[in-house]
Amino acid sequence: MDITFKNVDYIYQENSPFAHKAIENLSFHIPSGSFVAVIGHTGSGKSTLIQHLNGLIRPSNGEVHIGDFRLTNDDKPKNMKELRSRVGVVFQYPEHQLFEETVAKDIAFGPENFGVYKRDIEKRIKEIIPAVGLSEELLERSPFELSGGQMRRVAIAGVLAIKPEILVLDEPTAGLDPRGQKEIMEMFYDLHQKENLTTVLVTHSMEDAVKYADHVIILNKGTKYMEGKPEEVLTQQEALNKVQLDVPEMIEFLYAFEKRFGLPIPFKRQSVKQLADEIQHAMKEAGSHE
Amino acid sequence: MREKLIEFRNVSFRYGEEEPWVLKDVSFDIYKNEWVAIIGHNGSGKSTIAKLMNGLLFPQEGEIYINGQVVNQDTIWDIRKEVGMVFQNPDNQFVGTTVQDDVAFGMENRGIPRDEMIRRIDESLTAVGMQDYRLTEPHRLSGGQKQRVAIASVLAISPQVLILDEATAMLDPKGRLEIMSTVSNVQDRNELSLITITHDLREVVQAERVIVMNEGVIWDEAKPREIFAKKDRLREIGLDVPFIATLADELNKSGLRISNEPLNHEELLEDLWTLHSKM
Ligand SMILES: Nc1ncnc2c1ncn2[C@@H]1O[C@H](COP(=O)(O)OP(=O)(O)OP(=O)(O)O)[C@@H](O)[C@H]1O
Ligand SMILES: Nc1ncnc2c1ncn2[C@@H]1O[C@H](COP(=O)(O)OP(=O)(O)OP(=O)(O)O)[C@@H](O)[C@H]1O
Ligand SMILES: [Mg+2]
Ligand SMILES: [Mg+2]
Repeated sequence: MDITFKNVDYIYQENSPFAHKAIENLSFHIPSGSFVAVIGHTGSGKSTLIQHLNGLIRPSNGEVHIGDFRLTNDDKPKNMKELRSRVGVVFQYPEHQLFEETVAKDIAFGPENFGVYKRDIEKRIKEIIPAVGLSEELLERSPFELSGGQMRRVAIAGVLAIKPEILVLDEPTAGLDPRGQKEIMEMFYDLHQKENLTTVLVTHSMEDAVKYADHVIILNKGTKYMEGKPEEVLTQQEALNKVQLDVPEMIEFLYAFEKRFGLPIPFKRQSVKQLADEIQHAMKEAGSHE
Repeated sequence: MREKLIEFRNVSFRYGEEEPWVLKDVSFDIYKNEWVAIIGHNGSGKSTIAKLMNGLLFPQEGEIYINGQVVNQDTIWDIRKEVGMVFQNPDNQFVGTTVQDDVAFGMENRGIPRDEMIRRIDESLTAVGMQDYRLTEPHRLSGGQKQRVAIASVLAISPQVLILDEATAMLDPKGRLEIMSTVSNVQDRNELSLITITHDLREVVQAERVIVMNEGVIWDEAKPREIFAKKDRLREIGLDVPFIATLADELNKSGLRISNEPLNHEELLEDLWTLHSKM
């Protein structure tokens, strides 16, 4: 399913003295099958944006289209439940989506609600548990008696269990240990490709954006600040610095290296090993010319 | 001699009699005016350690001393005055109806005079960049704004021990750096002990000492540079080393001899410069 925002405003507590415009005149189009990263500093409107994607909130002005579903201020789709069964959202804080007595019930809640057979749900859980790095021993535990990273994994499992077509991830790796961060992102990426999903990733990790996304949208104070291919947008240090952001660490290093040695090495999503070879090569070359 | 502020003596803990032990014979000391980072895989026991430090939990075996006083039911009220903690999820600690009430709350409990309170609310909210939100309800903040306010609340009480449990996980990298430099300035000025629990490797590098947890036991305890020299073994227990350490490793393999285990950009560039001038 594709996603379109047309001149969307979102105002919290509209018509009250506390009215706060969190999104302003935002337009973009995400074709079906893309992997989009949404980036922006604290409070720039990322979580507000993604809550539109499953109809949790509707635009104050403008229109949002998710496939054939249309959301406006005075019109919501009649089949909201279907929208929610096709768009899975992993929220920023996992506690916000955990509520059942046990981990197993929590993961089963979504698919049960959407009428998936018990047998199939059990099968899904069996597959998902190892994929998110949980051990089966935790299935009968209360989701609130877990460590932060374990809760995060349960919340992710619950969303994967509904097998959504659009996967929306709001900082899904926050709280995961380094191996978990890598494995979970790889798992999302595999799933994205295998199941031909549309994926929207809110992240503070420029590294993940550059590695997995084919398109990035940068927000600043609720408006679109930049948009394009990650290797084009996320290399613009000056423009990013202006809105409190920075380039990925590898690019930061390459720029500092060039400044120090006068040797430009272009960024092309190379591996660290490849980068090391390029540095070695560039320095040798330069040495032999002196 | 440095002054010991926290002492864990052979501490073991489990969440119930039928439950497995989550901390097993854990002993360590933390000194005054020291920054210690605690790292470890998910579920390795980090948050449990934090909760034991301010008496939210009590160990079944071993003792914990804060400032020479053993932590138990009778001492927790005194101890909590000296131990400020930011939880992994800030929603679990908001008590005020507005941001400024929330920052005031901890100070009221400690009997800080009104004028001083107003000054500190202003100072700590400004330090985390949230001065424009003093009348906002905490639950109406964005994820990162909540973390900033939670940090302001604990800075305002100016405790002797400051525990940050993944308190900057929702901040952008720049915001994270800014907040951590604010916190480390306060640490220096007030000579407090700072304990940061984090998965952010660039933050770990800034600490003086690192405690590495693995499956409920202390796996290692050393300076960041010594810890991050154990690259492959760290990866085996679910952790990793900073980008610069990985790059230095690969440079070594490619034939450039980087000798000093660099941990940040400047250090690596400096090493490369030394090599360059000899080429
Ligand atoms: N429930 C709410 N009521 C009123 N204002 C809100 C509410 N939730 C968020 N806001 C405000 O809207 C703006 C955008 O918030 P949003 O949560 O979308 O930011 P974000 O980009 O996700 O930030 P972060 O990276 O910190 O999570 C912020 O200024 C925030 O204070
Ligand atoms: N309230 C609880 N009841 C029972 N077991 C718990 C409870 N809280 C945590 N545990 C278990 O104790 C172990 C240690 O949890 P802890 O929260 O200390 O881990 P952590 O190192 O902070 O992990 P993370 O990086 O995921 O936050 C985990 O196996 C967890 O499942
Ligand atoms: Mg957010
Ligand atoms: Mg924890």
